[in-house]
Amino acid sequence: MAITKLHDMHTRRRSRNVGLGLALGAFVVLLLGLTVVKVTVLDPSIAAQEAGY
Amino acid sequence: MTDATIVLDDNHEAGFGDYFALLKPRVMSLVVFTAFAGLIVAPGGIHPFLGFFAILCIAIGGGASGALNMWYDSDIDMVMKRTKSRPIPAGKVTRGEALGFGLTLSAFSVVMLYLATNWVAAALLAFTIFFYAVVYTMWLKRATPQNIVIGGASGALPPMIGWAAVTGDITLSSVLMFMLIFMWTPPHFWSLALFMNADYDKAKVPMLTVTHGKRATRNHILVYTILLAGFAAAMFATPLAGWSYLIVAVVMNAAFLRGAVVLWRRNEEEAEADNYKAERAFFKLSLAYTFLHFMALMADKALFAFGIGGPF
Repeated sequence: MAITKLHDMHTRRRSRNVGLGLALGAFVVLLLGLTVVKVTVLDPSIAAQEAGY
Repeated sequence: MTDATIVLDDNHEAGFGDYFALLKPRVMSLVVFTAFAGLIVAPGGIHPFLGFFAILCIAIGGGASGALNMWYDSDIDMVMKRTKSRPIPAGKVTRGEALGFGLTLSAFSVVMLYLATNWVAAALLAFTIFFYAVVYTMWLKRATPQNIVIGGASGALPPMIGWAAVTGDITLSSVLMFMLIFMWTPPHFWSLALFMNADYDKAKVPMLTVTHGKRATRNHILVYTILLAGFAAAMFATPLAGWSYLIVAVVMNAAFLRGAVVLWRRNEEEAEADNYKAERAFFKLSLAYTFLHFMALMADKALFAFGIGGPF
């Protein structure tokens, strides 16, 4: 059953929930970026390809 | 260290900003800046994304140690004017929440830094957090007036971590960057303590001004400022220092030494008469001191890259 009525608690916790959501989203993006960079840096063939060799 | 006297504010649920405040954002900015400088001046290079990731981990690790400090020191924070609006004494976050937050972020930042860079950088970050949270906060701060001298090591480590993130090692250059902040910390904090004495006195924190008096503090400031100038000059023995650093080191150390001598010559009557004008000016100068030294090192690195100048 969906919550149809906003409790005062929801308003009070809004900034914390939004902030946590954004932090988790940023974490996912950072991990993805880290994975891509690590794979590229550690794999010489990809690095050479990117450098145009 | 009891939260029995901290009344939780029922009308205010902790917001995201309250948790962010636990990370001591202002201290974090110095950590980020010096770590960035260490990363930039290190020989070799690092992928920009990994560099950004490393700085982020160092910032989070530094912030986590700040949260652990607020957890342990909430009793002190409650009585000091400067700190009583922090999230725990203000009743917005409980001590348990701050502890959990600090521990989680500590572990997270160290592991992520290891995965992104290397174990030397991760170990240095873990040591920094341990040193600040355990050695400084739990032990030295309440035990000895030398608290900020030894505890300053944790604030001095970020440039070494930034350096290690790139090179994976510890060298004379990175140790001298550490020493620059390590020797700068006592005059910086003691000049603040000279005009914030009442606060520390009330919290029963054994600051040098409280235990040995302001005369002894002024003497100590002068001695550490002279030693600091020596370490600033020692940077010329490394391949990091060029013309920018030479100019900044000469000008800033001359000004800092002059300020320390002025403070040393003054007595309490003179200081109270002008509301600690010289002490406040020295404190402000200390902020510019580190900023300009590290900016100069980065500027020299950029100039060397363009073939302008070179190490002495």
